[in-house]
Amino acid sequence: MPSKVLTAAEVVGRIEDGMTVGIGGWGSRRKPMALVREILRSDLRDLTVVSYAGPDVGLLLQAGKASRVVFAFATLDSIPLEPLFSRARQEATASFREWDEGMFQTGLRAAAQRVPFLPMRAGLGSAVLENDPTLRTVSSPYDDREELVAVPALELDVALVHMNRADQYGNAQYLGPDPYFDDLFCMAAKQAYVSAEQIIDTAGMTVDAAIQTMLLNRTMVDGVVETPHGAHFTTCTPTYERDEKFQKAYATAAKTPEDWAAFEERFLSGSEQDYQDAVNAFAKEEA
Amino acid sequence: MSDEVSRAEYCAVAIADCFADDGEIMGSPMGLLPSLGARLAKLTSNPLLMITDGESRILQGAPPLGVTQDVVEGWMPFRLVLESVVPYGKRHVMMGATQVDREGNQNISAIGEWAKPKRQLLGVRGAPGNTVNNKTSYWVPKHSPRVFVEHVDIVSGVGRTRAEAAGPAATRFHQVHRVVSDLGVFDFSGPGHTMQFVSVHPGVTVEDVQAASSFEIHASGDVPTTREPSQGELMLIREMLDPKMLREREVPSAGTPR
Repeated sequence: MPSKVLTAAEVVGRIEDGMTVGIGGWGSRRKPMALVREILRSDLRDLTVVSYAGPDVGLLLQAGKASRVVFAFATLDSIPLEPLFSRARQEATASFREWDEGMFQTGLRAAAQRVPFLPMRAGLGSAVLENDPTLRTVSSPYDDREELVAVPALELDVALVHMNRADQYGNAQYLGPDPYFDDLFCMAAKQAYVSAEQIIDTAGMTVDAAIQTMLLNRTMVDGVVETPHGAHFTTCTPTYERDEKFQKAYATAAKTPEDWAAFEERFLSGSEQDYQDAVNAFAKEEA
Repeated sequence: MSDEVSRAEYCAVAIADCFADDGEIMGSPMGLLPSLGARLAKLTSNPLLMITDGESRILQGAPPLGVTQDVVEGWMPFRLVLESVVPYGKRHVMMGATQVDREGNQNISAIGEWAKPKRQLLGVRGAPGNTVNNKTSYWVPKHSPRVFVEHVDIVSGVGRTRAEAAGPAATRFHQVHRVVSDLGVFDFSGPGHTMQFVSVHPGVTVEDVQAASSFEIHASGDVPTTREPSQGELMLIREMLDPKMLREREVPSAGTPR
């Protein structure tokens, strides 16, 4: 079987301007941050980003990479609001579609199942339908005649997700408490890429973990990238937890243009290795 | 128990009472006092209540605030909450609210105009789905005219009148149960499903509440006072569930600037 191992730069090289990119994880949890940082280094522009948003979306908005965002919330979890996302909303530097959390999952599931929409109750009566005028309702053809939200398929050009471990063929597993929606992101996308803490032999994946942890199979994945510490500063339980000190520094720096410029210069102006070295230096200072 | 019952303790008991008659469903308290109240209910009025660690584990017991170590009785990842528990309906969520209006619409999304908000908040999160699928209550730690507004800026949680306007599919499982604030307890059984007093906490008058609200809250006859916690409840709150008195940070006692 051919290997699907790629570099982060090769993955980003397959993304084109204007594409719709789905990003896995949830809030500030198991986000494919190394791949996001690689997008920041590229000249990509005009992306539509679909995400249970955390710092992934904040960074892409701040860098001017994302022109459109589909979201249900944006949070850093231990810090309730995502400051870069909030700024983009308040200054209207991008356009947004705001859905209920469950609608968002349903839209991914519709795309994964290749149906144009799925019905659901969430959204009825709320501002969601007013603020996203593309949304429609659908009437039940059965005797109940219930009129429900027709959640449109959230079709993605590309999905980016991060797992604890993968093999070179695209089978991948999460070892933490929650799969989030990463399988749906992959199935909703024309091309799906998984970054992983470690690429290991296929046989090794089930030696010390239950088979149910193998969330992604190789039919769902087009490329695999080994990015140790690649979810930093979000969680990658149990490999590591969120880097709360670093996240706090990120959120604080985001408050003023001067502090943000210094943060970018220190952490986001070089390679992934430069980033990880700067993070290690930061951790030593804070210890 | 010799010392006086604090305002936060009245709030905890009022919140616990919201979950008292729920039976075997999932309680989803968002935030500190709701977590205290739901755990208190689980230890007193409703032992069948199911609670989680707020992440992905269903907890068999009712651990102290800030503690999640407990016997795990099940798995509750986000996908199951969204695709199963919410539409299944065996759930009572108590959310926060940046704004609540007379008709029970709630906003946690943003303040100002949606297209370019003055202040971005959490986003609608699960509020639209919660309110049309399962029982929903709200917790407001600081009752003020900025929270209790004539009309919310962005309808995240859906009130009864808007649910009815959206049709039978939106009202079939719609049930906004209570609002508990630091001043009192309310529901939406006023004329035209508007906000109505259930009780005011001891030391608070109906006039105090009206002065802290941008619209008139309906009073049906004399407004009772929120009930006294039992000795057992006070012991559970003080000794077991919240020995660090985290509740005082959210609802400071009289004498502390509010």
